[in-house]
Amino acid sequence: MPLLWLVLTVLVLAAAGFAMGRGRAMASAGGDARRMHSLPVYYGTNVALFVITPALGLLLLWLLVQPAWIENRVSSDIPESAIGESSTLGLVMSDVRRIADGLDRAVAEGVIGEDEAREMRTEFTNVRDRLGEVGVALGSNVEAPILFAAQQYRQMSATGNLWMTVAVLAVAMVGFAGALVLTNKDYRARNVVERGVLVILIAAASIAILTTLGIVLSMLFETRNFFSQYPWTSFFFGFEWAPDFRGNSSLSIIPLLWGTLYISFIALLVAVPIGLFAAIYMSEYAGPKMRSVAKPLIEILAGIPTIVYGLFALITVGPLLRDYFAMPMGLGESASSVATAGVVMGVMLIPFVSSLSDDIINAVPQAMRDGSFAIGATHSETIRQVVIPAALPGIVGAILLAASRAIGETMIVVLGAGAAAAQFNRGLGELVNPFEAMTTVTVKIVSQLTGDTDFAAPETLVAFALGLTLFVITLGLNVLALWIVRRYREQYE
Amino acid sequence: MTDVKIAARDVQVYYGDNHAIRDVSVDIKDKTVTAFIGPSGCGKSTFLRCLNRMNDTIDICRVEGDIAIDGEDIYDKRVDPVQLRAKVGMVFQKPNPFPKSIYDNVAYGPKIHGLARNKAELDEIVERALRRGAIWDEVKDRLTEPGTGLSGGQQQRLCIARAVATEPEVLLMDEPCSALDPIATAQIEELIDELKQNYSVVIVTHSMQQAARVSQKTAFFHLGYLVEYGETGHIFTNPEDPRTESYITGRIG
Ligand SMILES: Nc1ncnc2c1ncn2[C@@H]1O[C@H](COP(=O)(O)OP(=O)(O)O)[C@@H](O)[C@H]1O
Ligand SMILES: [Mg+2]
Repeated sequence: MPLLWLVLTVLVLAAAGFAMGRGRAMASAGGDARRMHSLPVYYGTNVALFVITPALGLLLLWLLVQPAWIENRVSSDIPESAIGESSTLGLVMSDVRRIADGLDRAVAEGVIGEDEAREMRTEFTNVRDRLGEVGVALGSNVEAPILFAAQQYRQMSATGNLWMTVAVLAVAMVGFAGALVLTNKDYRARNVVERGVLVILIAAASIAILTTLGIVLSMLFETRNFFSQYPWTSFFFGFEWAPDFRGNSSLSIIPLLWGTLYISFIALLVAVPIGLFAAIYMSEYAGPKMRSVAKPLIEILAGIPTIVYGLFALITVGPLLRDYFAMPMGLGESASSVATAGVVMGVMLIPFVSSLSDDIINAVPQAMRDGSFAIGATHSETIRQVVIPAALPGIVGAILLAASRAIGETMIVVLGAGAAAAQFNRGLGELVNPFEAMTTVTVKIVSQLTGDTDFAAPETLVAFALGLTLFVITLGLNVLALWIVRRYREQYE
Repeated sequence: MTDVKIAARDVQVYYGDNHAIRDVSVDIKDKTVTAFIGPSGCGKSTFLRCLNRMNDTIDICRVEGDIAIDGEDIYDKRVDPVQLRAKVGMVFQKPNPFPKSIYDNVAYGPKIHGLARNKAELDEIVERALRRGAIWDEVKDRLTEPGTGLSGGQQQRLCIARAVATEPEVLLMDEPCSALDPIATAQIEELIDELKQNYSVVIVTHSMQQAARVSQKTAFFHLGYLVEYGETGHIFTNPEDPRTESYITGRIG
């Protein structure tokens, strides 16, 4: 039975369970809802939950485990001789899966019968041609052990699927019957449903957490691969970024990190004063009408996709900075520059800084301002000397969050600052020249992973080490920011 | 007989359409403690805030009538409300020290108004203010610690010290003890008694006992009207208006 049908069957069972559970509870109370422990809808929901939760949970588990288990069984049967000199078990297994898929498709399209797919032998049939007919292209002729493994693979998948269907439906039926038997007017359906809801919520939370964990683990794994091929000292403490897919690359993070930090610094130089002043105007001076118009307008900036900012950098800001600043000052003639990306990224960050700071400034108690006014301070004196110092920890938190956004930004850098890593051997002048093209860690992660890549080469794997380093940096910034913001909150609770 | 410090005539205050103070006329004497009493929402705070023009900071608030301090109309166009507030200090219901050191809390006003020519003078001003606030002995060794770290009663005395640091002539207090425990309240009341030697003190209070203990004059407000104003002893023992009597005996409130 196809998966979709299986899930639908479970859902239909659950719907039936809902109706029957509700009806049974009503009947046991003689049709008077007041004599039941819980509202009728809880009895129905209770049965439905007992049908759905175990059945779909089992289905999910089965789907996760079955492929790995079959893979394991099949691959242990492939003889050493079938794995050629230049190949690996992994590559052979992917061939096996392709052939199995191809056979499935051929059967589905009626090109061959189910029996033929099972009995096919390389001695009698040209499998490559046969599968070619249904659009499955194979790189080389299929050898006997591989075809046999593929057939075994199909067979096991089919049996597995059959058992899965049986097991899932059985569990659903057991849940159905069990919950229905328990249902009577004194059964505490409301409490049980409450617990069921809790379980679902916890499951959702765990999926989010486990995903994060999974991301970190996969990064860690690949990073370890990288460091087994490339010395970590050169990665962290070298000064040159020169990847070369023919080997002998210099893969140091420092030139990229320099670009990242320099561009982020310029971005914050733009975003922090503008964002902060806008926030002060919004929260301290603007009337409610002005506020209701201007605040959403500023926040629109946050909704613009970064690629659009990138285009803006590429066609407007870049040439502008080049023609009016860089060229007259003799600092460079490239439109792609640190300054271009920094300024545009700064604009992107303005709403981050302003809306967070706005909230924080608003949270400063009015009593604080009144105290200052009552001493005879003017509005701006009050803001400068009382409101901002009181809000400072929160504002610092907002700035750190904006900084971690800046560090992770990619699109604006590609289009605004180019893709050339900073070159430390050309001297300090070029390094600090804001009109020099430069690039960041994120851009290089993308460029190392796109195109024709070999996932065994350090030139590719370095992307994971870069990503992990960046992750650690932004995680640190975020934790610091949250910690500061939380400490500040406590102060006024 | 001491002379009149603040003279208010036919004062009306509106919050939008809400007529919060109606036809209030009152003479507040110098070097005297005047108590404002009355049920919640009758306009005590509103009237108090008229005296240092704090109502200017509320957009919808409109004040009419004449209020003069030392014969000078404080709502005159030539009067700078910011200057005025240095002359008429205010202490609030909840202690509201700034998130600064104890020293900077007190030095804030004098710095803004340029009252000190150098650090030594500023130190002197701060010490004098803290002594007037009766808190010097408790904080003299920890002037650099944050003012928010003090206890509630200490914070309120710090706020009083902060208010007197600019050498005001009038001190307005809006329920200064309502957030404090009885011991801190007693300390503040003692302090108010001392302050009246130098200032004209106006205090809003919900506690009749407090009004009786600290004030010489009492004004009873009801629904925006000033119902009765006179010697404290007289108001509490022999009220003329039946509304005053009901409030004092606890029948309205
Ligand atoms: N900031 C304000 N905005 C609008 N109305 C206010 C404001 N402050 C006080 N009022 C109104 O003015 C009236 C008097 O309030 P208030 O002076 O605070 O009374 P009290 O201090 O005697 O309890 C009340 O009706 C109150 O609702
Ligand atoms: Mg009040």
